[in-house]
Amino acid sequence: MLAAFFDSIPAMIIATGALVGIAASLVGTFLVLRGSSLLSDAISHSIVLGIVVVWMLTGAQSGPVQLVGAALTGLLTVFLTELLAATGRVKNDAAIGLVFPVLFSIGVLLLNVYARDVHIDQHTVLLGEIGFVWLDTVSLGGYEVPQSLLSMGAMAALNLVFVTLLFKELKLATFDRALAAALGFMPGLLFYALLALTSATAVAAFDAVGAILFIAFVIVPPSAAYLITDRLWLMLLFASLIAVLSSFAGYGAAVLLDVSIGGMMATMTGLFLVLAFLFGPRYGLIAQGLRRRRAALAQAV
Amino acid sequence: MLMSPSSRRRRQGYAAAARPAAARLHEPRLAAHVEDLTVSYHDKPVLFDIDLNVPPGVMCAIVGPNGAGKSTLIKAILGLVKPTSGHITLHGLPYRQVRARVGYVPQRSTVDWDFPTTVHDVVTMGLYGQIGWFKRPGRREREKASEALKMVGMQDFARRQISQLSGGQQQRVFLARALVQEADVYFLDEPMAGVDATTERAIVKILGALRDAGKTVIVVHHDLQTVRSYFDWLVLLNVRVIAQGPVDDIYTADNLRATYGGQIALLEHGDFTRPAPAPGPGPAPGPGFDAQKEDAGPPQAAEAR
Repeated sequence: MLAAFFDSIPAMIIATGALVGIAASLVGTFLVLRGSSLLSDAISHSIVLGIVVVWMLTGAQSGPVQLVGAALTGLLTVFLTELLAATGRVKNDAAIGLVFPVLFSIGVLLLNVYARDVHIDQHTVLLGEIGFVWLDTVSLGGYEVPQSLLSMGAMAALNLVFVTLLFKELKLATFDRALAAALGFMPGLLFYALLALTSATAVAAFDAVGAILFIAFVIVPPSAAYLITDRLWLMLLFASLIAVLSSFAGYGAAVLLDVSIGGMMATMTGLFLVLAFLFGPRYGLIAQGLRRRRAALAQAV
Repeated sequence: MLMSPSSRRRRQGYAAAARPAAARLHEPRLAAHVEDLTVSYHDKPVLFDIDLNVPPGVMCAIVGPNGAGKSTLIKAILGLVKPTSGHITLHGLPYRQVRARVGYVPQRSTVDWDFPTTVHDVVTMGLYGQIGWFKRPGRREREKASEALKMVGMQDFARRQISQLSGGQQQRVFLARALVQEADVYFLDEPMAGVDATTERAIVKILGALRDAGKTVIVVHHDLQTVRSYFDWLVLLNVRVIAQGPVDDIYTADNLRATYGGQIALLEHGDFTRPAPAPGPGPAPGPGFDAQKEDAGPPQAAEAR
């Protein structure tokens, strides 16, 4: 049974996509609510530098060292951004736009100079290829398990533990930073921990899905979930659910239309966003239109 | 960038009066004690050489023009902004040691009211400090939150999403969140800004009850017209402390002129030379009063209640 699961290529592709989606949506929910979702874009580009530097130092292309290196690069990105913004001369969004292209381009330059023959290239880094996750497997308890499935499973579990354990703290720090600080919950530290996990998730997702699908999973499912619920824990749940459904639907549609699987998964998150936007029970376009009409009728009477 | 306090003083040509060393350490008899506080933003002092003494059991207004540093003063006391220099104690202890005895109501506009959470949940947040890291609020906390909502008259809204509240209702929820903390010293940042007359009166009544129970209530306030009817202690602030003390001694034309400087034209219309209106049926109407109200009903209706 399990062997059949791990041997099935479609199952592996869908499961990997779903795990990337869950891991990304969990951290993404807090980034979206905090208004910093674009930091995931910045991070997922600038960690190219981290990946190359760690590879040059240790020779490791993936694994725990790479995760730590990526987390540090992600934090460096945010730290530099906040440093620039703190001068008061550069707005926060502009600071993001200034920092990550610099780090990304240094990473690409290093790649071109030192890593021509190595299997890291810009195309893979940006777009990934989820269709090939089954090629790179490790042996685990007698089963051949794709490397990506394993690392994404670990990241999804880590992120789940983080948001479950610190649910109350993350909620307060995201909603009311001043009170969180006054009560001693160190919102700055929590935020950096969240971004470190985002960076580690990004680098784990690189092999499998690339930066763009990762960014889509960070931002789109939480945004769609935000349109259909008023409760934070439900938002986390719905976002993960939407990410999993997008993974299934994306694979199916990609096979049907013979197009890129990763691209189709990203498209599906967008489709769910449109559905939530139209049919959301309270904030959806249709619900709002109906409410306005009812109010107008009530006034007429 | 960061200068030692002494070098900053020298640069500014200011000589600190020598004080006995003991007075610097503890002032247990004061609810809030601030000494030589300077806060700078990009090298420009926002608060300069603040000395502040608020005795326990008073309802204290911090009043001053825009940019006077009123919010910054509260934030510095609560350790939310880093001062360039200064020494702060609450009931004789640094803030970190008395966190549990201090309630804080930030400005309403500083949070995102579209955040996916309920009224009851926001009030429970006031108890997070007592609950501590990792643990979840239990039944005791939920009941406390419900009681606080009742005190501010918002019990019927407990399950509502917070974006469905009016400005006045939002402020009541914030007040309830501070009430659950059962603190000794309360800091409120503009709690009466943009609320309706009914809410303003409800807030004043609750704050008065806290004061009568021996708590200290320190409020950043924007409306000069109501200072004397609401408060018994007054701090006039404009980067420096212009004057502080019992409101009847401090609320003088000279002090207000010194605080507001160029904006004096606004004051000439004020009624600070008249005796204070009796506390109770609400703020005295005056210039600028109606403009502050966001969703106030007709004045007559408010008065009739």
